[in-house]
Amino acid sequence: MAVIGATSGTGAKARWAVLDVIVVVYALVPVLWIVSLSFKTKETIADGNFIPRSWTLQNYKDIFTTNEFLRALFNSIGIALIATAIAVVLGTMAAYAIARLDFPGKQALVGVSLLIAMFPQVSLVSPLFEMERSLGLFDTWPGLILPYITFALPLAIYTLSAFFREIPWELEKAAKMDGATPAQAFRRVIAPLAAPGVFTTAILVFIFCWNDFLFAISLTSTEASRTVPAALSFFTGSSQFEDPTGTISAAAVVITIPIILFVLFFQRRIVAGLTSGAVKG
Amino acid sequence: MAEIVLDKVTKRYPDGALAVSDVDITIADGEFIILVGPSGCGKSTTLNMIAGLEDITTGELRIDGQRVNERAPKDRDIAMVFQSYALYPHMSVRENMAFPLRLAKVDKDTVTKKVEEAARILDLGQHLDRKPGNLSGGQRQRVAMGRAIVRDPKAFLMDEPLSNLDAKLRVQMRTSVSKLQRRLGTTTVYVTHDQTEAMTLGDRVVVMRGGLVQQIGSPQFLYEQPKNLFVAGFIGSPSMNFVPGSLENGQLSTPLGAFPLTDRIRSLVESANAPREVVVGLRPEHFEDAALLDDSAKASGGAFTATVDVLESMGSDKFAYFTVDGDTATSAELDELAADLGSTDSSDSGSQLVTRLSAASAAAEGASLEVWFDSDKIQIFDPQDGRNLTLES
Ligand SMILES: Nc1ncnc2c1ncn2[C@@H]1O[C@H](COP(=O)(O)OP(=O)(O)OP(=O)(O)O)[C@@H](O)[C@H]1O
Ligand SMILES: [Mg+2]
Repeated sequence: MAVIGATSGTGAKARWAVLDVIVVVYALVPVLWIVSLSFKTKETIADGNFIPRSWTLQNYKDIFTTNEFLRALFNSIGIALIATAIAVVLGTMAAYAIARLDFPGKQALVGVSLLIAMFPQVSLVSPLFEMERSLGLFDTWPGLILPYITFALPLAIYTLSAFFREIPWELEKAAKMDGATPAQAFRRVIAPLAAPGVFTTAILVFIFCWNDFLFAISLTSTEASRTVPAALSFFTGSSQFEDPTGTISAAAVVITIPIILFVLFFQRRIVAGLTSGAVKG
Repeated sequence: MAEIVLDKVTKRYPDGALAVSDVDITIADGEFIILVGPSGCGKSTTLNMIAGLEDITTGELRIDGQRVNERAPKDRDIAMVFQSYALYPHMSVRENMAFPLRLAKVDKDTVTKKVEEAARILDLGQHLDRKPGNLSGGQRQRVAMGRAIVRDPKAFLMDEPLSNLDAKLRVQMRTSVSKLQRRLGTTTVYVTHDQTEAMTLGDRVVVMRGGLVQQIGSPQFLYEQPKNLFVAGFIGSPSMNFVPGSLENGQLSTPLGAFPLTDRIRSLVESANAPREVVVGLRPEHFEDAALLDDSAKASGGAFTATVDVLESMGSDKFAYFTVDGDTATSAELDELAADLGSTDSSDSGSQLVTRLSAASAAAEGASLEVWFDSDKIQIFDPQDGRNLTLES
């Protein structure tokens, strides 16, 4: 803040504006390109124009008339939501313990979760495939939810314990003095203050689960549990000889919508500075 | 309301630090007791043990005659005001104050009544629906007090509740805390490291040092009869002056000159088995401008002449600061006191003296002045263990 404050002035503002525009353009051009592709007709799809010369909604109609995409969308939403919920609940408990308690094996727990986060997922795909096959989990929802939880937990624990550490310890003591049981202190004082952290974590975990392709393609084989990223790769045109670029683009646009909604919905809950006023000034 | 007894209470933290050792305090029902001492002496630890926020390593804590060592904080019925206030930032002032009552499942009407009553006492009426984040320091402090008083607990514990306020507000709040306590008559344990707060607020003061209780008594008693050098130096503002002295045949030689001991002090010193080398303590108010005294008055004390370094006129009296040549008094306790006060004015050249003179004194900065002191009011300490050798038993 100090840096920004020190260089404020019209010149600095203009520089910031230029920088912002560059970053936004850099990030959004590919997205807009996909959006543009999704509205192009089959004939113009390869013409290289940024703005479609002839607009069509045919691609969208196509994906929603195939059962394949709707089913995948349903799988994606269900699997990502369940995995997010479980990972956030478990992560909250683990992070709270890590931030607040001293228990034997704490360092080991943190270390192991770090290890999981660093482990290359691709090396786990074949073992997981074999295991899930013999356990009957292959191509089922739990078969995807379980690995998602595993890989989302370290992320959840790290973000959440950072948030928990920010909450003044004394608030919990105060709650205890006011007559709260540990559970009440957690539910009525700590949890509301940790909410922004929980929502942030939920967003990150949801995005991770939603976007996963590796597990989705390796651990599913049918519509029963195939999620959208995997289903996209199975897209074909309405005939064999047709290029599915348009429909894939339309599907890609459609599947970013839930993420945008999810973020917008939770973003309002991420109120910065929620703990201000708890201690001192 | 309750009587709180600490019986040989000791706290050793898991890392081995001995924070509080063998503390014996009996706090009477309705008493306002102050724990005072330099930073790190174990005040907060003691308070947290009474609260139940820290386990007691050995010893017993009794509230109303019942052992409560093992009871959770919520079952002790004690309210606490934290130094940081620890207000719940997501709740309004009203909800903050109602929180203990709602946990106790008090019915809604009673909650409203009690919160409003507390808000009235603390003058928080117009802030009830604001969030703590939007309040001033003093208002937050009062909300913290309000949260403590709403449920009529057996006792209040306060850990430096005023230390985050500016000087003026602190004086103001000090008076209201004192009034509030008298009005409610609730047993209160109050932690501070400010000796003025300790002197003005408490019925009794507990002076702690390094986890040990040094002395317990009324402010006046501690002021007049400090058990050792530490208490003598800690209590009183400006603090007691210390100079080295040596005792010989009823004569005391100090950098302020040699003078005979009064009979009272002589007998006390003899029965206390005083060593030859001692530390002599003189309170600032026991000095006077010699020019203002007649000869008969002057006869009953000693006198010295020195140059006034600094003169502070307070209107009602004048504080004159001197440097007297010669050795300075040394002892572990004095070093610790100096460290706590953060005083860095190393007085290699001699002892620093603070004296309080009448407003009528003609003392002037840079001029030399003859100063008389009451030799019957001096206190003599053993530099080895710090004990007061002139204690009336
Ligand atoms: N959780 C802890 N673990 C280990 N040692 C501790 C812990 N808390 C306090 N101590 C030690 O115990 C001693 C007493 O601490 P305490 O907080 O009671 O001091 P205090 O008198 O309240 O000081 P202050 O005026 O600075 O608040 C200190 O030496 C401190 O280092
Ligand atoms: Mg403390």
